[in-house]
Amino acid sequence: MTRDVLLFATVFVACLVEGVEALTIVLAAGMTRGWRSAFAGMGVALALLAAIVAVLGPALTALPIDRLRLVVGGLLLVFGLQWLRKAILRASGFKALHDEEAIFTAELAAAREAGREPRGIDGYGFTVSFKGVLLEGLEVAFIVVTFGSNQHNVPLAALAGGAAVLAVAAAGLVVHAPLRRVPENTLKFAVGVMLTSFGIFWGAEGAGAHWPGGDAAILLLVAGTLASSLGLAAVMRRRHSQRPAESAVPARAT
Amino acid sequence: MAWARGFASFLYDFVVGDDPAIAVAVVLALGLTSLLAAWWVLPPAVIGVLTWSLVRATRS
Repeated sequence: MTRDVLLFATVFVACLVEGVEALTIVLAAGMTRGWRSAFAGMGVALALLAAIVAVLGPALTALPIDRLRLVVGGLLLVFGLQWLRKAILRASGFKALHDEEAIFTAELAAAREAGREPRGIDGYGFTVSFKGVLLEGLEVAFIVVTFGSNQHNVPLAALAGGAAVLAVAAAGLVVHAPLRRVPENTLKFAVGVMLTSFGIFWGAEGAGAHWPGGDAAILLLVAGTLASSLGLAAVMRRRHSQRPAESAVPARAT
Repeated sequence: MAWARGFASFLYDFVVGDDPAIAVAVVLALGLTSLLAAWWVLPPAVIGVLTWSLVRATRS
């Protein structure tokens, strides 16, 4: 039960974050190149992502569980550490925060410069929307497939992803602008902690280790990874504030 | 051929990302865990590699 709740929450939040980024791109394409083209590109990308999950999920689940956990756990760990590393660098000011407004403005400018096709589906708008949704969605598909196959519950993971897509789409329809107020880096930090913790848990199990306390160890790993990461973020923030003024980027709390 | 190279490069960037040393360290830590069948190898190894990666990334 605990694992299912954590699986749903992790996939939902990861999809939410990537969905916000994809929404920015789709909005820019739709506003400048036509909504039909933007939605067509988005729809094709979502269908492709669903197909990837539908094929890879059951295929991975068919593998021997130890081998699956070792490989998938290792991949999740590498992936999770990359997310966590970037989130800590952003939180401490060493890397700029993801600015949806700036990205939206840049995408709008690029789309306007690309000229316009006379009728039907606009190729530029379709491609920008397709690529944006596919690239952002691949990370989610990866998490859905790895988490879902390890838990032998790909449908639950896919449901979490789908719920997040609907939530972002609904917010986008209401706001009709990039979702600037979503605390993206905080959410990425949280997802990085979850991916890393589960990567440690499954990777070790796949390598033949047995966790004392069974599933309860996951909660301790999450708490430990979170505490360590917050500590590292605080240390890096202080390090950044001690740097010469010309290299400073405004630091934000996680 | 160019397409295959591009796809391989995309996969590498997707999984390994900005710091390939993290992937190498994770593989080594999993190898040691497998040898010792010890759960206590990965947690400190992961915190250690994250710290090391952050220090390297922020060195002037």
